[in-house]
Amino acid sequence: MSSSDSSTTAPDQPVGLFDTILGRTKRVEPKLDALFSLPSAAVTLELQAGLITSGKAGVCWKPPAGQAPADVQAELEALLDLDDGAASGPSLTSVEDDLGFRWLLVDGADLDDLVTQAHQANTLLNEAGWGPQLLCSVFGLVPAPTADSSAKPCYLVYLYKRGTFYPFCPTSGSTRNNELELRLRSTIGSDLPIEQDLSRWMALWGLPL
Amino acid sequence: MSYAKNIENDRGLSARMFVTGLLLVVLWGVLGAVLFAVGVGIGLIVIIEVGVIFSQYWFSDRIALFGMGGQIVTPEEQPQLHAMVDRLCTLADMPKPRVAIATTDIPNAFATGRSPKAAVVCVTTGIMTRLDEPELEAVLAHELSHVAHRDVAVMTIAASVGMLAGLLTRVAMWSSMFSSNDNNGGGALAELAIMLVSIVVYAISYMLTLALSRYRELAADRSGAILIGRPSVLASALVKITGDISRIPQKDLRKAEAYNAFFFAPAINGKQGTSVANLFSTHPSIEKRLAQLDELERQLNHGA
Repeated sequence: MSSSDSSTTAPDQPVGLFDTILGRTKRVEPKLDALFSLPSAAVTLELQAGLITSGKAGVCWKPPAGQAPADVQAELEALLDLDDGAASGPSLTSVEDDLGFRWLLVDGADLDDLVTQAHQANTLLNEAGWGPQLLCSVFGLVPAPTADSSAKPCYLVYLYKRGTFYPFCPTSGSTRNNELELRLRSTIGSDLPIEQDLSRWMALWGLPL
Repeated sequence: MSYAKNIENDRGLSARMFVTGLLLVVLWGVLGAVLFAVGVGIGLIVIIEVGVIFSQYWFSDRIALFGMGGQIVTPEEQPQLHAMVDRLCTLADMPKPRVAIATTDIPNAFATGRSPKAAVVCVTTGIMTRLDEPELEAVLAHELSHVAHRDVAVMTIAASVGMLAGLLTRVAMWSSMFSSNDNNGGGALAELAIMLVSIVVYAISYMLTLALSRYRELAADRSGAILIGRPSVLASALVKITGDISRIPQKDLRKAEAYNAFFFAPAINGKQGTSVANLFSTHPSIEKRLAQLDELERQLNHGA
């Protein structure tokens, strides 16, 4: 009944004419696959921007109420426990931020592993019907040991609904380094699908990673 | 299957909305046919009418903000409010509207603007102090649904037939009062016909527009609740707001009445509960809204 083919919807037209007349919105299904283009940008990030992964990533979603979602939550936690049991695997935790969004946090892995972990969580949530509740995933970046002093810690955010990335470089409190963000956009623009609409570069203050 | 598929559509609501819209189109046809059949110097009136309606639509954001004393706020001034809107828009994959705050103790919120890109979402200081953050988020989700549904455009078009009929009634009345002596009997008869048809069209379209407004509210409740995945939070916000509003003396609220159609909850509550009162209301009764949210909550719980 509801189409899962999100490519038929134009980016700025979440509802069609008929849906407008009937006053309804379709839930927006996430685009998961573009996430896999991130590892290919690692070389560019290190050589040209002097940034490497901080080993941390987070998947953010809005958990709905109810028993069915609670079951999925349990399933996800089982997945986490399983990974925690591994001897030297990355550690996984789950926290809720002050806006009521849930974060699944991965710590201590290389970029390939982080993307795989994030994708694993996405797939599980998506199959449970939570796909429309996925907000974004965030990958931490830190200056490479060889980098000059101009490199600053920052984040790459993946927007599930758009299938695009954007850089987010908070400085202190609630200010962000727009100049660095725009520089990063041109650096990695050929490796990653970058969000073209700058108004969608949502600020994420107080990131838990 | 997954829970999301079960709560996608409410066919009954869609059907009622469609029929209401269809009847409004039929009314346009009736009025148009009568005007065409009579065909006396009303071209200018129609052009003026279209101009008025279009400017109301085009400047809807400024008109509503000015009327309610809403001020656009920046992310620096209201980081938390902006963060909520940011995240809801990202979840719904829609452009972020401007965010405004109106300094008034009336607990309410409204969304306006001709298109999602030119939209404004406005909350009052009264609603911000009364609701906790999840409830405020639910109200914002409801208002963003109005934006996504393009309710300003839909309601402007829906109301236009009534506005034209109302204008024609008055014009026909004036002209029959002041200029009938230099007309022959046929002209006066035509004016009478226009006046009668206009009155009937106006009355029917008024009812239909109100019905459509109530359906759009239910639809926005529905989409908003599904967006945040928590119908019960929207329900609790609704209970707090409507309870508060009815306790405030009506005298202070009069000037807000004209903006009722855009509000989260109507500022002036007539005696609701009787069906006649509901027929003349821009918003569905609180019982109806809560019942829908309750049903959604149940579907969420047993959907998997």
